[in-house]
Amino acid sequence: MPLITIDDQQIEVAAGSSVMDAARVAGIYIPHFCYHKKLSIAASCRMCLVEVEKAPKPLPACATPVTDGMIVRSHSTKAVEAQKGVMEFLLINHPLDCPICDQGGECQLQDIAVGYGGGASRYAEAKRVVRDKDLGPLIATDMTRCIHCSRCVRFGQEIAGIMELGMPGRGEHTEVMPFLEHHVSSELSGNVIDLCPVGALTSRPFRFSARSWELARRKGVSPHDGLGSNLALQVKDNRVLRVTPVENEAINECWLADRDRFSYQALDSDERLTRPMVKDGGRWVEVDWLKAMAFAAGALKVIRDTHGAEAIGFIASPRQTVEELYLFQKLARALGCESIDSRIGQADFSGRRAGVEWLGMALADLNDLDRVLLVGSTVRKEQPLIAQRLRQAVKKGAQMNVVHCADDDLLCRVANKLIARPSELVGALAQVAKAVGAKIDGLDTVVVSEAAQAMAASLKSGEKKAVLLGAVAQQLPAASELHALADAIAKATGATLGFLVAAANGVGGGVVGCRPGQGGANAAAMFAAPKKAYVVLGAEPELDAADSAAAHRALAGAGLVIALSPFKTASADYGQVMLPVAAYAESAGSYVNMEGRLQSWRAAVPPRGDARPAWKVLRVLGNQFGLTGFDQDSAEQVLAEALPDGEATVRAKLNNEIADLTLAHLSAAAGIERLGDTPIYQTDAYSRRAPALQATADGQTGHAALACGALIARLGLSEGKPVKVRQNDAEAVFNLLRDDRLPDNVVRLASGLAAAVHLGPRFGPISLEKM
Amino acid sequence: MSLSAQSLAQIDKEVAKYPADQKQSAVMAALRIAQVEKGWLAPETIEFVAGYLGMPTIAAYEVATFYNMYELTPCGRHKITVCTNLPCQLQGADTVAEYLKKKLGIAFGETTPDGRFTLKEGECMGTCGSGPLCLHNNHTMHTHLSTETVDKLLDELK
Amino acid sequence: MSATYTGPKVCLWTLDHANPASLETYVANGGYSALKKILAERTPAAEIIEQVKISALRGRGGAGFPTGLKWSFMPRGYDGDKYIICNSDEGEPGTFKDRDIIEFNPHQLIEGMVIAGYTLGAKAGYNYIHGEIFELYQAWEKALDDARAAGYLGQNICASGWAFDVHAHQGYGAYVCGEETALLESIEGKKGQPHFKPPFPASFGLYGKPTTINNTETLASIPWIMRHGGQAFLDLGKPNNGGTKIFSISGHVNRPGNYEIPMGTPFADLLEMAGGVRNGHQLKAVIPGGSSAPVLPAEIIMDCTLDFDSIAKAGSMFGSGAVIVMDETTCMVRALERLSYFYYEESCGQCTPCREGTGWMYRVVHRIEHGQGRPEDLDLLLSVGSNIAGRTICALGEAAVGPVQSFIKHFRQEFEYHIANKRCLVGA
Ligand SMILES: Cc1cc2nc3c(=O)[nH]c(=O)nc-3n(C[C@H](O)[C@H](O)[C@H](O)COP(=O)(O)O)c2cc1C
Ligand code: SF4
Ligand code: FES
Repeated sequence: MPLITIDDQQIEVAAGSSVMDAARVAGIYIPHFCYHKKLSIAASCRMCLVEVEKAPKPLPACATPVTDGMIVRSHSTKAVEAQKGVMEFLLINHPLDCPICDQGGECQLQDIAVGYGGGASRYAEAKRVVRDKDLGPLIATDMTRCIHCSRCVRFGQEIAGIMELGMPGRGEHTEVMPFLEHHVSSELSGNVIDLCPVGALTSRPFRFSARSWELARRKGVSPHDGLGSNLALQVKDNRVLRVTPVENEAINECWLADRDRFSYQALDSDERLTRPMVKDGGRWVEVDWLKAMAFAAGALKVIRDTHGAEAIGFIASPRQTVEELYLFQKLARALGCESIDSRIGQADFSGRRAGVEWLGMALADLNDLDRVLLVGSTVRKEQPLIAQRLRQAVKKGAQMNVVHCADDDLLCRVANKLIARPSELVGALAQVAKAVGAKIDGLDTVVVSEAAQAMAASLKSGEKKAVLLGAVAQQLPAASELHALADAIAKATGATLGFLVAAANGVGGGVVGCRPGQGGANAAAMFAAPKKAYVVLGAEPELDAADSAAAHRALAGAGLVIALSPFKTASADYGQVMLPVAAYAESAGSYVNMEGRLQSWRAAVPPRGDARPAWKVLRVLGNQFGLTGFDQDSAEQVLAEALPDGEATVRAKLNNEIADLTLAHLSAAAGIERLGDTPIYQTDAYSRRAPALQATADGQTGHAALACGALIARLGLSEGKPVKVRQNDAEAVFNLLRDDRLPDNVVRLASGLAAAVHLGPRFGPISLEKM
Repeated sequence: MSLSAQSLAQIDKEVAKYPADQKQSAVMAALRIAQVEKGWLAPETIEFVAGYLGMPTIAAYEVATFYNMYELTPCGRHKITVCTNLPCQLQGADTVAEYLKKKLGIAFGETTPDGRFTLKEGECMGTCGSGPLCLHNNHTMHTHLSTETVDKLLDELK
Repeated sequence: MSATYTGPKVCLWTLDHANPASLETYVANGGYSALKKILAERTPAAEIIEQVKISALRGRGGAGFPTGLKWSFMPRGYDGDKYIICNSDEGEPGTFKDRDIIEFNPHQLIEGMVIAGYTLGAKAGYNYIHGEIFELYQAWEKALDDARAAGYLGQNICASGWAFDVHAHQGYGAYVCGEETALLESIEGKKGQPHFKPPFPASFGLYGKPTTINNTETLASIPWIMRHGGQAFLDLGKPNNGGTKIFSISGHVNRPGNYEIPMGTPFADLLEMAGGVRNGHQLKAVIPGGSSAPVLPAEIIMDCTLDFDSIAKAGSMFGSGAVIVMDETTCMVRALERLSYFYYEESCGQCTPCREGTGWMYRVVHRIEHGQGRPEDLDLLLSVGSNIAGRTICALGEAAVGPVQSFIKHFRQEFEYHIANKRCLVGA
């Protein structure tokens, strides 16, 4: 290890480190703009020039490798003179109007410039003016402020995997821009806001709503995908005005997906439920909490007393906290009901699962994989930051193998792929299983394709491997068979089987027992065979359930629906009681992420109106019934009860094995079928209500029916025209668009959208008719 | 949008010069060939070239805007680029340039109303010994220019 | 010494023959014999490099780096692709020698690239040709075809079983692509933006593979050296400055053009060969090595010989051997304005000092030329220049500063006159 002296401090650093790395180790700050630890080295801003003994010129710390015995001075007269020179150049064409800049107070340029004093400008020429660009609803631009650090461009190329911004032009005419007037569409685009060291790229929803120093920063955890990305909720006057990442190398590194960053807008939605309400004679009336609780408990008691406890279904969103889900199932069980579930999107519960499904490894391990088999996942849109990790692995040489229902662009090199209809997916994965010699019954008749053979060869080589099951794989009617096949493939190849858990607390729900017990109905069964009453926590079953039509029918037909929700959901139509509960930033709580990590946080803002943290509401409901064990005083107390040994309790329950399963879906269904996956901004109540997200291109997907050109032609339909979609007995009209990434005989029609509620299950037969 | 079979064949020939996984290397040639066919590089032309070579459109656009000889706006039938750099200037380029401007009635960067000529100021063309000189449509050089040879040249360019 | 040179020429000797560019002419006069011999004898790479070292061939692209030494940096025993690049991007104002090699002796360049490819274990070579000389790009493509047909390129060169090919890559109007790392980016189909070294091309070059980049004239000299020996080449010039060299002379001389003469020839002789200062005018100043080289007043340059060491001692740069001559009618402010515009226009825009500084310097010089100068401007220019020089990624930054500093240094009173009188001293 080279020994170097930097600012009179002697340190040993790893060979291959740069002077910048060494300075960071030594705790010495060297000013910089283009350097960023997660991006390639550009060495172009020249702010980090330092004096290196024996070098005739100052050298950029970010790009200069250390050598043994090197003597570096980052604050000597020579170094500072060079740095000041660069600073002068950066400022000659930069507006000096920090007071009206949205970056003011958190601007690297401002901070460093202040450090260098600098008197009146010697620059007497006209300043450059650069036209602003419209990058879409998330990012505001003020391009005259750009200092050409190229971080945003490198981010796109290297991290997001898609080069949407470039720097066309030459010399001082170089400008950061997209091609033509294209909006940026990456699901990670918001990170450029953090990366931009000046006020050229800022948050559009946040724009001019506060100065940075007026904001309190409170820690939180994202309620969306199964990562549990760490958030800084930035608060002024009890409102969350902005969300930025809190760095956590093990989870989100220094990034956030746009969904994590902008969904806070939903906290201010017009659809917030702020008062307890009960339906009285067909009309909703606002009541106080006491009345609402008494009414809810009374109505439930009537149902239980007349029809038995199993006449009630308890259904929760997997984005509720550990504390909430724990008390939810505790209440149900105390009432004698075992029909409890938070796996609301799942259709197939067959087989015997050994435990709670999880990633099977640490998130950070994903970066080091050599071989990946990704089954039924558009991971980019499901867990954008996992896609990012896999992208880094592929860049380092990992082979990505994909079995999926759509040839979606994962923005990384794919070694082999098998694209099949949803009903063919089991057959496709069975080919891989057979090719790797997996030990599972029923493969005799399977014919192995060349692609499957190539995949098998890929999976049999390499050291660190994983078979990962994505959202579609987990939601298909034959999900358990895919699970069993994936398990067998993993065992045959020495890979780890992992579930890409879609929801922030998908694992937590399982760990605290938010699952049906003996004689109870699971999430699908609860709606397939309707209950007399439902208690719904945080979910929007008519959007979230595997069969939205069945869920809606069951809820609308029930005598009693009690909804605990931060929003006025469709329960306003079919429910009898609506209890306003705190949103994710408004109460303390915990999530268990997909790698089994327990993360707790405190409330960042108070709940809206009369809303109460859901765990308190559930506790009081318990009190209403006179039950024992419902007198916790704090979320911490609930957590201690739910997970007595914390993460150890969690870990003891994680297991991806499955048993007692036969392969029954090896042959595909005939005819056209639906691929009803959920678009990225329709996954949950928050993202659905964030206007900026809805305004993006991703927010707009799913509002049309998609099919490949061959199918459209064969059916005599025309692209871009409305088409009648029929599923079971229901029909709806959608615009028909062409997408040749889909296999033949597949219609991609999103779930999670109000317009598709009545159509039915996410997968299954569907037909298209001319209007 | 596509290019003629002839242009595509030329592009394919350029692509073949580079390793199979480095098609992007041919982007400069492909843009040049496209420009010869279309007269200038419209956004859809750049988009086509990028797609043909499997590279991000913005990256092709970066290339098109970085190198001087690509035209991103419609251009006259005959683009005349005069080198005015120091060696040529010392050898009389300014006189030639003034003469051209007056004769065509346009300034550098402009196109005659009949769409026949576009006049551009160029940087060193690596042929300073034969200056003053100009480039016609990027690919043909005319050296040792004087007012007489300029007259003759303009007459020949219909 | 009389002002003619009749001794051997290394590169442009074909001009003494009919059809100078043809394969027949080249072969009839010993062309490709060095290559044949090397392949037949399997001459060890180390031996070839040794001859190049003895020859004291210094890079003809501007920096004058010893070619033999550069070649020895290429990793041996590397099992992967390597590349050899010829830099014919000649765009430095005043330089127009490489174009003549391509036009009049392309096969010697091809032979040089193939020998380099053999010596360095490369898989292929690319010749990056300046954008504006498209006609020569086409001529070069034809020469490559001829060489391929004759078995000097391709799968089985001179029936040796060894394969190597050379391709042309056409620039399209960006001076900075002459800088070697920018050139590599450009071949990769990107903006021609230089990158910081290290890593050097010898370890991380084209497509991330070990790569050697040499100037056209450098590579074209290789066959001569291999045929006649390194010592013979050295003897053509003077110690540490081997060979003959093509000097491109332009500006105020009666016969601008290329003159291939020994390294170390007195400047006065070259001037005489070029017919002297035009129309009997007085010599005022000379830029001796391409526009980036500091300008030298007449009295200094007239004492110089044309080699790296003499010109450096006089305070300028030998550079690419491009000599720009200015007589007493030249306005130095206007001349500098044009040069400053060039660097401002050609800055790739990537690194801060060059992107911002070249524009600043140009605007100030422009103001002075147009009667808006201020007394403090000259010191400002010098100070801005010193904030650029040595702080950029590539040498374009320095190249932009050299003219500014040297014009002000040697002709300060002319600038001051402009500022004070809002008009030109010359012809005033
Ligand atoms: C701005 C800039 C422009 C350059 N232009 C050229 C050029 O046109 N031709 C050339 O051979 N070298 C040029 N060079 C030098 C090259 O970077 C490189 O040193 C040279 O090609 C090496 O070849 P040599 O060792 O044979 O001289 C340029 C350098 C800079 C910084
Ligand atoms: S010095 Fe100029 S040309 Fe060279 S890298 Fe920097 S900006 Fe580009
Ligand atoms: S941080 Fe080193 S040059 Fe920009």
